[in-house]
Amino acid sequence: MSLAIDIFTIACVSAGAFFFLASAVALLRFPDTLTRLHAVTKADSLGLGLIVLGLLPQSDGLFAALKLCVVWLLAQVAGATIGQLVARATQDESRSA
Amino acid sequence: MSVAFLFDACLAALVLGIGGWTIAARSSFGAVVGYIAYGLFLALVWVRLSAVDVALTEAAIGSGVTGVLLIGAAARLRTTEAEALAEPPGRAQRILAGALCGLITMAIAAAVLSLPDPAPTLAPLVAENLPPTGLGNPVTGVLLAYRAFDTLLESVVLVLALAGVWSFALDRAWGGRPGARRIPRSEGALGFLAQLLAPAGIIVGIHLVWTGANEPGGAFQGGTILAAMWIIVMVAGLADAPPVSRRWLRLALVGGPAVFLAIGIAGFAVADAFLAYPQGYAKPLILIIEAGLTLSIAVTLALLAVGPAQRRPQS
Repeated sequence: MSLAIDIFTIACVSAGAFFFLASAVALLRFPDTLTRLHAVTKADSLGLGLIVLGLLPQSDGLFAALKLCVVWLLAQVAGATIGQLVARATQDESRSA
Repeated sequence: MSVAFLFDACLAALVLGIGGWTIAARSSFGAVVGYIAYGLFLALVWVRLSAVDVALTEAAIGSGVTGVLLIGAAARLRTTEAEALAEPPGRAQRILAGALCGLITMAIAAAVLSLPDPAPTLAPLVAENLPPTGLGNPVTGVLLAYRAFDTLLESVVLVLALAGVWSFALDRAWGGRPGARRIPRSEGALGFLAQLLAPAGIIVGIHLVWTGANEPGGAFQGGTILAAMWIIVMVAGLADAPPVSRRWLRLALVGGPAVFLAIGIAGFAVADAFLAYPQGYAKPLILIIEAGLTLSIAVTLALLAVGPAQRRPQS
């Protein structure tokens, strides 16, 4: 049973790391702010979600697992908000230019 | 080579790399972003060194609030930045600045390398004398019992820094509200974030202070989180910054250091030394001081971030 859990963790965390890598590559390769923002916010949320999901069965106790979920939720809310703010700033800048 | 060593080596390389990038960044905004990332990675370094208290402080104050202050400074400099970049400092000046930085770095390196091995430490002494204070966190013990004088001065310095910022206010704005008026955008993402995050952040901040007696945390970290929540509410336009002449505001600013000082002076009478706590009352007194300090730190840091008074009183 513990082997299955470990395999689940490794698979999820690896997939999460892959999404972080993909978003980093996209950040460097994509042509403008909005597409980069798209890549970073989507892939990061998914990457962090997968890592948290993978770590959930490894956490000791329900309380620690809940903490992990709260961390994910807060990062999610912050990331989405910052994405909106940066996009709006870009829009304002291109309008005034 | 273990995984932990590899991780530490990568972390150290990242911190150095971001530090170098911050220095090399052309725009001041870019440099500020680099500095914030540098602070967050430095917090990770402190976690790796098992100094969680320092890591929390670095992340909250070193990276967070300082980052907000520097972003404000970069925004103010934006209008003149093109002119400043057009006139780069001369070669001699740059060589001089580089030489000075190199000299300081070498002096610090020499000081660190010349430390005896094992390094002198008071940690065993602290661990031995912690039980009488009733605290479980040795860092809080050092900050509020053994080196309380340093902490008292730190809390006073913060208020002085705010007085310095306030002194930049124009005469006609003195006593008015700081910063420009912000129009709340009810449909804005920031307003939503502020409404969602502030209640949770206030609980986290208070929890950090309360838990600081036994676990990593304390007045500085908790107060900074409370300040951050107030800043985000003000930035989102949900609440206007209070006029700097308000009496409750002034009381909140000096309350923490004043309570600290009063308990310190009372130490002469009840425990025969300045800042000494009477036997058995150390923990409740420390908690009272921490509560006062948290309030003052939160208010001071938030007001530092919004800057001097800019609007006329009663406008």
